[in-house]
Amino acid sequence: MKKNTSAIVTGSHKSLKKRLLDNWQLYAMLFIPVVLTIIYKYYPIYGIQIAFRDYKANRGMFGSEWVGFEWFRRFFSSPNCIRMIKNTVLISFYGLLWSFPVPIILALMINQLRFNRFKRVVQTVLYAPHFISIMVICGMIRIFLSPSGGLINLLAGTSIDFLSEASAFRTIFIASGIWQDAGWGIIVYMATLSNIDTSHYEAAKIDGASMFQRIWYIDIPELIPTIVLMLIMSAGGLMNVGFEKVWLLQTDLNKATSDVISVYVYQQGIESAKYSYSTAIGLFNTVVNIILLIIVNTIASKISEDTSFV
Amino acid sequence: MSAKTKFGRLKGFSERTSDIILVTICVVILLIVAYPLYYVLIASVSNPYDVYAGKTFFFPSEFTLNGYKAVFADKNIFTGYLNSIKYTVIGTIFSVVMVYLTAYPLSIKDLPGRKFLSIFFIITMYFGGGLIPTYLVVKDTGLLNNIWALFLPGGVAVGNMIIVRNFFENSIPKELIEAAKIDGASNWLIFIKVVVPLSRSIMAVMVVFSMVAYWNDWFTAMIYVPGDETAPLPLVLRGILIKSSASASQSSTISGGYAELNKLTELIKFSSIIVAAAPMLIIYPFVQKYFEKGFMAGAVKG
Repeated sequence: MKKNTSAIVTGSHKSLKKRLLDNWQLYAMLFIPVVLTIIYKYYPIYGIQIAFRDYKANRGMFGSEWVGFEWFRRFFSSPNCIRMIKNTVLISFYGLLWSFPVPIILALMINQLRFNRFKRVVQTVLYAPHFISIMVICGMIRIFLSPSGGLINLLAGTSIDFLSEASAFRTIFIASGIWQDAGWGIIVYMATLSNIDTSHYEAAKIDGASMFQRIWYIDIPELIPTIVLMLIMSAGGLMNVGFEKVWLLQTDLNKATSDVISVYVYQQGIESAKYSYSTAIGLFNTVVNIILLIIVNTIASKISEDTSFV
Repeated sequence: MSAKTKFGRLKGFSERTSDIILVTICVVILLIVAYPLYYVLIASVSNPYDVYAGKTFFFPSEFTLNGYKAVFADKNIFTGYLNSIKYTVIGTIFSVVMVYLTAYPLSIKDLPGRKFLSIFFIITMYFGGGLIPTYLVVKDTGLLNNIWALFLPGGVAVGNMIIVRNFFENSIPKELIEAAKIDGASNWLIFIKVVVPLSRSIMAVMVVFSMVAYWNDWFTAMIYVPGDETAPLPLVLRGILIKSSASASQSSTISGGYAELNKLTELIKFSSIIVAAAPMLIIYPFVQKYFEKGFMAGAVKG
């Protein structure tokens, strides 16, 4: 309280100019980060306008001819447009549906473990796959799913070429995603659970509450705000199917389900150098994401008043 | 210790039962997560024909280190390894310095413009120019085929920056900074002499996060610095693991005919996975205890 008032007093004594000068070293520290952010983050946002231009290298991003919504029209009338949108939405929707609850369940269980050393071991092992490159993970997936001698086929006694089956692609993608990241996902929930006052547990134990009851009546209510926040953040990225993993697992035979927008953006943009067309598709994806984010955030803030985004 | 009730024994029993069930489930989960990695490790020192015949579920067969020898003898993999080390070292230093330079000013409550600057950085977490506009800016600034394209366009890792900023706000005693100010220390001196030394734990987390990000990255290198000479390890592995073709340098080191070559190619797949994954898997447990702290300060209160 005392500190607060003194800060206000000194603040009001000094003019803005004086305060800026006093802090010049702090602004100097920010100089390089701000410049890099302007050049490599904000300037590309301004450059999105090439989605509405016909980009020609010699005329540059801001000198090429305007073409309006031509690229969007071309995308929506391309033969695989519906398939790509559908695949993108389905992969991320099912991904969210299956992946989202797993870290919550894991965190609730691990939090109940009473042997600290075992708890540490469980956490260490669960975090491990998160630290492996997606390239290596996809290499492992390909080895394990190989029709001749792959682990999965050995265990099942079959010789199915899973990566050639379009119907198996989503399952492979999502299951391996859970294997890799569910363990890492527990951190944010574990952090919240560690805030719970242990006296609640003691009291519940004296009252004869079972482990399940303690989870249900103490842990879950405590986790709800975090769960809502995480749900909003995931739902906002619903159209964000990462390029890397799909691209590495895609084969000519599973394209019916693995053909997604981000891969198309890469192929059209980097491989075929159709810069404007690729940007337009990427922009379409981003706009859908922003709309989803706003919708989910509105719904969520109506459901729980005390949680809001950002 | 805890209060005993009439039902003490019964309660004790059910507590123990649920503990046993819980531990059992956790052991099963541990196996599911760890077994694939263990399997690859075994396979990397076994006869690949036995691996594909299903003879190496638990133990290696015909122990051999030929896979590892071949991995380190392969010129492309070796170059990739050196490149990855180089990118990881430069990238980590660059990234941690950027995060610190941004986080400290933004943690000073009465810095004029603090709110605007925070939003300026945070927006970039949610909106970006996308693949091609960013690519064109990188190209226009002359960074194409320049290794700085791997570091500069990433700018500030904003998520990490928020974690560090919150750590500064919550875990560095204000009194220390005030006292240093009264002694006439400049902001820069306070940063170097007080803030940096007091934030070693969060710095360790940042170093590990950045190392992992750079060690595992290949997409940035693939689009901005294409070419065999500059490819980081994961990109080299793409040829081995994803495209499944033996590299020219491998075939020249082998003289045992097609079958032997094929055998070695398969062995290399397993050992290169271990070689690529091992460094980060060895490092992260050392800072694991700080992860939760970092996230508590960062994500939840964000």
